[in-house]
Amino acid sequence: MRRIFVIAVPYLWLLALFLVPFLIVLKIALSDMALAIPPYAPTLDFQAGWAGIKAFVSELDFENFTFLASDDLYWKAYLSSLRIALVSTFLTLLIGYPMAYAMARSPEAWRPTLLMLVILPFWTSFLIRVYSWMGILSSEGYLNQFLLWIGLIDTPLAIINTNLAVYIGVVYTYLPFMILPVYATLEKLDGQLLEAAEDLGCSRLSAFWLVTFPLSRSGIIAGCFLVFIPTIGEFVIPSLLGGSDTLMIGKVLWEEFFSNRDWPVASAVAVILLLILIIPIVLFQRNEQKQRESEG
Amino acid sequence: MTQRVLTLTVAAGLAASAAFADEVRVYNWSDYIDEDLLAKFEEETGLELIYDVFDSNEVLETKMLAGGSGYDVVVPTGTFLQRQISAGAFQKLDMTKLPNHENMWSMVEERTGKYDPDNAYSINYMWGTTGIGVNVGQVQELLGEDAPIDSLELIFNPENMEKLAECGVHFLDAPAEMIPAALTYLGEDPDSHDPDVIAKVEDVYAGVRPYIQKFHSSEYINALANGDICVAVGWSGDVLQARDRAAEADNGVEIAYNAPSEGGQMWFDQMAIPTDAPNPDGAHQFLNFIMDAQNMAAASNYVYYANGNEASQEFLEEDVIGDPAIYPSEEARENLYTTTPYDPKVQRVVTRLWTKIKSGT
Repeated sequence: MRRIFVIAVPYLWLLALFLVPFLIVLKIALSDMALAIPPYAPTLDFQAGWAGIKAFVSELDFENFTFLASDDLYWKAYLSSLRIALVSTFLTLLIGYPMAYAMARSPEAWRPTLLMLVILPFWTSFLIRVYSWMGILSSEGYLNQFLLWIGLIDTPLAIINTNLAVYIGVVYTYLPFMILPVYATLEKLDGQLLEAAEDLGCSRLSAFWLVTFPLSRSGIIAGCFLVFIPTIGEFVIPSLLGGSDTLMIGKVLWEEFFSNRDWPVASAVAVILLLILIIPIVLFQRNEQKQRESEG
Repeated sequence: MTQRVLTLTVAAGLAASAAFADEVRVYNWSDYIDEDLLAKFEEETGLELIYDVFDSNEVLETKMLAGGSGYDVVVPTGTFLQRQISAGAFQKLDMTKLPNHENMWSMVEERTGKYDPDNAYSINYMWGTTGIGVNVGQVQELLGEDAPIDSLELIFNPENMEKLAECGVHFLDAPAEMIPAALTYLGEDPDSHDPDVIAKVEDVYAGVRPYIQKFHSSEYINALANGDICVAVGWSGDVLQARDRAAEADNGVEIAYNAPSEGGQMWFDQMAIPTDAPNPDGAHQFLNFIMDAQNMAAASNYVYYANGNEASQEFLEEDVIGDPAIYPSEEARENLYTTTPYDPKVQRVVTRLWTKIKSGT
């Protein structure tokens, strides 16, 4: 009995918070647009009983998905979002890992303060932090004024409203999500392992590559997922810092939903986005598990 | 037990409806009213006013079509209103509760009747035009004394735009206004719904796209006032706000607004009551309050937009009623056009075309 309960809880959780919302979105994606409240048809009529459900199911079709395939805007936007998310994740790792490493190697008394400094930006609203980047990066902004003042440039650099600004915004916003999990694994690392490696003839650098880095792998993976997944669907950062030519799927989805009022196509875009994210993650997890089993 | 739950539910329901009965929830455009009026309404009626703001018709429409917005009064623009009426989003006004309705201006009601036949569902709040705001000094410096500042030639002729790119040009990010403008430039019907005619606009924009710094629907107010850009295609009242800000800052920037001489778009923001409004009675009181001549005049004097209330005109300040950019003469009004909403298929063509124009994809 207790065993069933323990197994049921996570499944119920998954059902209520993931599967049911997903099915609702999928249902809208299979519907057609209509001028009504809500703006799609058919809607499910439970009062008509089984006949109502049958009539409802017969009206669903995959038209919206075939439509997505017919216009190159959508796959270009998916690809562009994937590229921006991959590059940003790599940059965050490049910047975040040394910071987490330095934190884990700092004197124990400093660590709570350093940890606090990483979390501190969260005390300000995310939106305000992105807005302040507009103030820093704009052509009359602090960065350009500073560069002009030290004489490095003659004319202001065009950073705002470009993809570069989007990268800066994403890396800044998601950096703590990389630092925290990496720091958590590095901090638990047993220092004696490194001593042993050096005793056995490793240089400090090769000890890092052969011992520290592989052991922090779980933190790196967690950090990468935490950065990559929200970035791919990011809407706020590209719309505030990006230009009219920054193509991201979050913006395309907004336009389908708000400008075209086409909830079914917007839902289809969202379903595909979810599949793009979930399939690689599930494959990855399965691969990890297999590896663990073969090792164990 | 069941009995008790039922009683409790009914009691809670009654309490909730009692709370709604002395509250009015209004959802209006940002920076679009003299806030003293809000306090005055609460004082006169004893109702509590909850006033929220939005900045795009799309956001409002999505709320309306999702249903259950909880608002008693909302303010969509004419074309959006028409579509929302067809979707069943609004209730008919009860004219017996709106004695001030006699103040309304027939010139405006004739035009808004195109979106809302007989004006059965809505009253006009403000109206204005979409046109061209220029920094007079900078534009004349680049294009000469006789720069065509009141013509679409200024913004759609690549030769002019190439020179203007130096001082910065912003366009509205609003296809429902920018596509009719380009159609007017081509000599086509601005209200065309024919996808083949609409497609012609792409070439017009291809010629000037490299010289457009940004497509945005509100940043141009500050950018014009600060002198960061010299041309903006924008809404009349917004450009006039930029003009006033520049005058206040005394920074030597002189802004002028003109509706295009080839024909400019005229739009109407309409107040309406959602079908599921919690307090329709309070909503009618709010509409009646707004239609009071002095109240409406106070709002226009504050936001620099013309209103649809004829009786309010005697209370308008001279720099509002006397400004042809706000209240165009009868002759100039002949030159203004209105548009009708696109059906979903054409809307998709328009949105897609606009994305292509902006992003090149």
